Amino acid sequence: MDYPLDVEYILRKKKSLKKQLLASNDRLQKKIAILGGSTTSEIKNILELFLLNSGIEPVFYESDYNKYFEDALFDNEQLDKFQPDIIYIHSSIVNILNFPKPNDGEDVVNQLLNDEVERYTSIWDALQKYDCAIIQNNFDYPIDRSLGNLDNYDIHGKTFFIMQLNLEFSKNARKINNLYINDINYLSSYIGLEKWVDRSLWYQAKYALSMAAIPELSFNISKIINSILGRAKKCLVLDLDNTCWGGVIGDDGLVGISIGNETAVAEAFETFQKYAKELKDRGVMLAVCSKNYFQNAAEGFQHPETILKFEDFTSFKANWDPKHQNIIDIAQEINIGIDSLVFIDDNPAERDIVSSQIPDVSVPDVGRDVIFFIDHIDKNGYFEPIILSTDDMKRNQYYEDNKKRLSVKSKYATYGDYLKSLEMVAEINSFNSLYLDRITQLTNKTNQFNLTTKRYTYSEIEKISSSNDYIKLYGKLTDKYGDNGLISITIGCLKNGQCFIELWLMSCRVLKRNMEYAMLDELVIQCQQRNITEIIGYYLETEKNKMVAKLYEDFGFILMEKNDSSSVWKLDIKNYKAKNKFIRTIG
Amino acid sequence: MNRDEIFSGVQEIFRDIFDEDDLIIEYSTNSDSIEDWDSLNHINLVSAIEKEFKIKFALGELLTLKDVGAMIDLMNVKLK
Repeated sequence: MDYPLDVEYILRKKKSLKKQLLASNDRLQKKIAILGGSTTSEIKNILELFLLNSGIEPVFYESDYNKYFEDALFDNEQLDKFQPDIIYIHSSIVNILNFPKPNDGEDVVNQLLNDEVERYTSIWDALQKYDCAIIQNNFDYPIDRSLGNLDNYDIHGKTFFIMQLNLEFSKNARKINNLYINDINYLSSYIGLEKWVDRSLWYQAKYALSMAAIPELSFNISKIINSILGRAKKCLVLDLDNTCWGGVIGDDGLVGISIGNETAVAEAFETFQKYAKELKDRGVMLAVCSKNYFQNAAEGFQHPETILKFEDFTSFKANWDPKHQNIIDIAQEINIGIDSLVFIDDNPAERDIVSSQIPDVSVPDVGRDVIFFIDHIDKNGYFEPIILSTDDMKRNQYYEDNKKRLSVKSKYATYGDYLKSLEMVAEINSFNSLYLDRITQLTNKTNQFNLTTKRYTYSEIEKISSSNDYIKLYGKLTDKYGDNGLISITIGCLKNGQCFIELWLMSCRVLKRNMEYAMLDELVIQCQQRNITEIIGYYLETEKNKMVAKLYEDFGFILMEKNDSSSVWKLDIKNYKAKNKFIRTIG
Repeated sequence: MNRDEIFSGVQEIFRDIFDEDDLIIEYSTNSDSIEDWDSLNHINLVSAIEKEFKIKFALGELLTLKDVGAMIDLMNVKLK
């Protein structure tokens, strides 16, 4: 189910594939409403496979044929009851009501454009009541152009009309927080319009795209869904010899390796490095895992033509240990789940050992030729972002600062001395509109230090932010090495004199810094101000959050209830004493 | 390709699409005999046949594919 897709196999074997997928691993259930402007039956079936393959079990609502507009705009009891987590609107060029006619004036053409855009903005508006993510197709180009090449630039051209429409969709998606564009305009040109459209299938069954294009479309939607649910990968782990440069640095030496633009081979490696650098610049972490002497490996990044530098890597493992061992170490070192890693190596034997020993790591079968490596990273959508946040872009900086922190830790007699030396300052406050994006993002991607793993949509966070029934705290932490950004969230729902903690999370980049105590202190203060006397906490166990199984116990909460995978805790705050000793807090 | 080869290829496709490994089809098999054989699966069947045998059915021809026999007959002509 990875790039390159075996489209024919997927379409033919979908039922047995589904059985196989249902037999493995535990899954996250999500409710997905498909509102179609054309037939969606097979899209739903194949999308289900891709989601199952990434651990998501979808339950579907499917609108009647071409009822996407009506379903969205008018009272729809069925959809209300369904309460979708995600709505996918499958519209395309076949749904455009009126294209300009050759004798229309410019004002008429603009009016047509506005009308078309307004149809969709009214859909998105109406769907806001569901507080969920909306995935919206943009438009594919027309396959027939009665205006020929002029279709592209005359205001009466269909191609031109669609370019304008897509631009308007993009503008709206930047404005509307929960609107995500499924870029079928790119997808159809990537596959080729000729393969994208099947006229016969349109006349027979009203599919707006060909059978062969359906798996590609579904794969693309699944990438967006994965990203919305915070399942995008975080770290790209690279082999060195014949992956980052041509040749073997241990044998060929610094002058012997191929990188740069002197030869065709060198240029191909340069392109690959540039791509990795682009990922790094937008917040994907890079790591090295190579069988080499450390000295040799590091020297490779001093080549005059190298794009990547030693400092670009958050973790650098060059030794002779088995690669799967090194990869486990990398994940631990940078404190991310093992399933957040993607490993690229030109050597099939190394790929094999890594994928067999640690199946949670994504190890695409990239082959041996660097020319194709980018496709495997890019087209599998491992690092699909839904938003470019400044926090993401700074992420690599945080980890670099962390390295400095680690290196000084050993100089202090006690851990407390070390924490003191960090001169930490925390800003802990109620949510404000500046941070709602980041808060939503954190709730969707924090897995380890997360007591309930409750996910929120932007509008849910917005509602909580303005409600008096909640205590809603964010925490930012700065120390002498730098700003860690917004890294902790606590949401407590107030009822009958008690505060129920429905969310408590913290980014792992500030583990063991006493930040959780600082958050608790502030939570207690806010509770006391509102005459709340008890705080109730929940721990809901997942595969990833065992590190906080004892958090409430550590906080001094008393265990109320416990079963296999969850526990309920209570803290009486009448005689609470502040716990944080190392962080100065500002409101 | 002879009729028997076509027939066994079509049978394999039926088994995949309806996910029944031991499904046996006959010339008279039609949408009444297989529960899941609805109009949407009919499209999937035809698409799979077109891909597997590298043939294309014309729009008008599709209406005539009422049962397996009719499919095999038409395929036999196209594959000659």
